[in-house]
Amino acid sequence: MVPRFGHGSRVPGWDEAVDLTKPPAVVPDPATTRVPEELRRTIEAAMAKYPDRRSAAIPALHAAQEVHGWCSPRAIEQVAAVMQLTPAYLTSVATFYDMLETTPKPSNDVYVCTNISCSLLGADEFYEAMLAAAADDESVNVRAFECLGACDIAPMASVNGEYVGPLDNEDADQIVDDLRAGRPVLKHKQLRYRRCADPGVSIELPAEEAEDR
Amino acid sequence: MKLLFDRIDEPELNTIPVYERRGGYQALRKALAMTPADALNQITASELRGRGGAGFQMGKKASFLPHGDTDKFLVCNADESEPGTFKDRELMQKSPHMLIEGIVIATWAAEINRAFIYIRGEYAHQADILEAAIAEAADAGYLGERILGSNHSLSLVLHRGAGAYICGEETGLLDSLEGKRGNPRLKPPFPAIEGLYHGPTLINNVETLCTVPHIIEMGGEEYAKLGTETSTGTKLVSVSGDVQRPGNYEIELGIPSREIVYGLAGGPPEGREVKFWFPGGSSAPVLTKDDLDLAYDFDTMAKAGSMLGSGAIIVVDDSHSVLEVAMKVAKFYAHESCGKCVPCREGTNWTVKMLERIESGEATPMDLDIMASVQEQIIGNCLCVLGDAMAMPIGSMVEKFRDELEAEIEDARGRAGVGALEDVIPIGVAE
Repeated sequence: MVPRFGHGSRVPGWDEAVDLTKPPAVVPDPATTRVPEELRRTIEAAMAKYPDRRSAAIPALHAAQEVHGWCSPRAIEQVAAVMQLTPAYLTSVATFYDMLETTPKPSNDVYVCTNISCSLLGADEFYEAMLAAAADDESVNVRAFECLGACDIAPMASVNGEYVGPLDNEDADQIVDDLRAGRPVLKHKQLRYRRCADPGVSIELPAEEAEDR
Repeated sequence: MKLLFDRIDEPELNTIPVYERRGGYQALRKALAMTPADALNQITASELRGRGGAGFQMGKKASFLPHGDTDKFLVCNADESEPGTFKDRELMQKSPHMLIEGIVIATWAAEINRAFIYIRGEYAHQADILEAAIAEAADAGYLGERILGSNHSLSLVLHRGAGAYICGEETGLLDSLEGKRGNPRLKPPFPAIEGLYHGPTLINNVETLCTVPHIIEMGGEEYAKLGTETSTGTKLVSVSGDVQRPGNYEIELGIPSREIVYGLAGGPPEGREVKFWFPGGSSAPVLTKDDLDLAYDFDTMAKAGSMLGSGAIIVVDDSHSVLEVAMKVAKFYAHESCGKCVPCREGTNWTVKMLERIESGEATPMDLDIMASVQEQIIGNCLCVLGDAMAMPIGSMVEKFRDELEAEIEDARGRAGVGALEDVIPIGVAE
């Protein structure tokens, strides 16, 4: 279990002590380790892009996390078998990065940015509201996250990778509803549709879009 | 003057037909008609300073790379994680071909054949757009072997990170790109001599590389006329926090900061005023409202004791306490410290603990002195500047808002009922 602060961040330092009662895991035998065919192809394609196959560690772990839901020992073993690396090496990588989870997690990720710009505009309150809204839904993983690089829509969140904001506390319930219904989340607040703030970049907008603004 | 943001919202600018229609990839043709040395001379003549944070001249950095037949690499740093910064995100999402064109020109100038874009994992949408744009550019012959019939060949790979601020630090980024934990390396050797896979490596920020096609198009000397003498060109600034119109703005370097904070971003909400602001991301020492008339360029910000950094202005108005912001800053760096160097790992965590002491009413003003001395012990003592990046803003907050923090200490003691300060004799201060 990775130790975490109350607000959700990892406590830096040692992640997990080594279990000395077990023999060290060696590089898995590719002949006897079963790997889903598509995952194997994804990892092999990633390895082919780099001069050193180890560079594919993050993309490979990402792909395995997609398949298994988290970087489980089995997921890591499968990556290790394809990449011909030790599970320990891959675990050391997986525990370093915030987006790779080495403990089981719900399938929907809601990362609430609680860094400076967002918190100045109420992100901590929204985080509480989000936790409350998702409290009885086991499929939603709410995490306070460091600056997600979207301070122009503060306070904001990344819902399964989709950036939404600026958020009000009422949006928390809407996010959970949209996730349950399988709809695009808070479509009118998605960053991908937002125009540049700089008034000097203006271009002519189609009439209906101009009205929307 | 808009260069990077010129008609940035044009629909489908992320596709080659639209990008080409407005003159895209013409700068590449122009550069490929020059020798690499001439192309590099144009970049050097522009005096373009790196837009990622350090402000080092791009032409100079590229000239450090050895010549000759070795495997050299270019890495585009798109791990935009400095709190308050979101300019590269908008560039990559809306004009990915400008970045690709910049990379092809820069690799021609520095005689490099392999390039990587390291984009932070959270930018999934932008990464998808870039991936599609790279495939499109390869199909159109702007990437790959013998680009546009020239002698230049380039393979470009997009690499997605997985959430770690430290991977924006250039050597941490290199380790991460090599498939390791993102721990910074000891410098020297600098990446230009020994970087990715031990090869000479040029590392540049997204905005820096996006500027390169414009430099080639205008000519380096012409570009250098923009901005101030030592801070040439235009810069994207990300304004956020307590302002009415947060967002990215393209400015000519050297305009008054007030014009950005009030003129463009609309200033704090009605009835509030600026208390302090970070001129270059959360790593920059804070400036107060009295500094708003300073020119916004690299040297003026440095002279004022802060830095232009990534060009991210975070405005804090008078409804917020210094303690609240200091706590956010310190917790962020404590979380993101990779844990390799003791001064950073311990210093960031102890700073959080000391700020928590203030909040809970256990602190005395002496804690502020200890906190200031902790910051001094971090600066310059680590492999990278992550620790410094906390020490500088925290140090500046303690220095500039000491009265407020002392009042906060007194108040918190009152709330906690631990006794007034005059009853406490701090250790070492007793006569």
